[in-house]
Amino acid sequence: MSYLIAFVVGGLICAIGQVILDRTKLTPGHVMVIMVVSGAILAGFGLYQPLVKFAGAGAAIPVSNFGYVIVEGVLRELKMQGAFGALTGVFELAGSVIAASIFFGFIFAAFFRPKS
Amino acid sequence: MSQSQAQKKQEQDAYKKLAQKHQPKPPLLKNVIMAFLVGGAISAVGQAFINYFAARGMPPDKAGAPAAIVMVFLGALLTGLGVYDSIAKVGGAGAAVPITGYANSIVATAMEFKREGWIMGMSARMFQIAGPVIVYAVVSGVVVGLIRWFLAGVQ
Repeated sequence: MSYLIAFVVGGLICAIGQVILDRTKLTPGHVMVIMVVSGAILAGFGLYQPLVKFAGAGAAIPVSNFGYVIVEGVLRELKMQGAFGALTGVFELAGSVIAASIFFGFIFAAFFRPKS
Repeated sequence: MSQSQAQKKQEQDAYKKLAQKHQPKPPLLKNVIMAFLVGGAISAVGQAFINYFAARGMPPDKAGAPAAIVMVFLGALLTGLGVYDSIAKVGGAGAAVPITGYANSIVATAMEFKREGWIMGMSARMFQIAGPVIVYAVVSGVVVGLIRWFLAGVQ
């Protein structure tokens, strides 16, 4: 059941991205940026966490989750240590994904050659 | 003189309208369905890893992070193998929006610019698309977090 919900919700978020791609002149890079900002705004209204709880990977795998985890980290640290938390919390949860993408990105880009 | 210019402009506008009418429209419905299927499938794979880590005793809300790391690994690997390109051709936003698409953007540009050197080529350009994503995620995350903190306090 968790697979079906993840499939449907993750698919719907991607479908929204595709509508933006096809209906505007924006590139996939723009769509990714729109997604992370939307994730952060939804998190601000307290709407993204319930979505993750409901849909699991359907909400956690799209890049919109990136905006959400940054807001979560910021709020957590704001609560713990006040204003500085707005910056110390930024990579608390999001850091691992950035670290992974830089590390694996470097390794695989170093090892492989572009096909074309 | 100005009258003929106005006429010319009118004709040009009419032509533009005509050309626009006959321009091939992107097959929106088909693209959206493909994005839904591919994005959904990638999310379901992510769910498999969340379930795996949860089954190994990780609390469900903590299992998302290692699952995301595995997905980044897979996205980067498939990009290196040249497979992710084919997935993106079929899936469009369905391949770009998941976290694997973010990893893909890093490896694809890094590979492409490797010939311009390992430092100012590969490493500088790997953030050509991922950089803006991180920048906007951080800026919007800090702003939203602060606004929420000021307005509602933190529960």
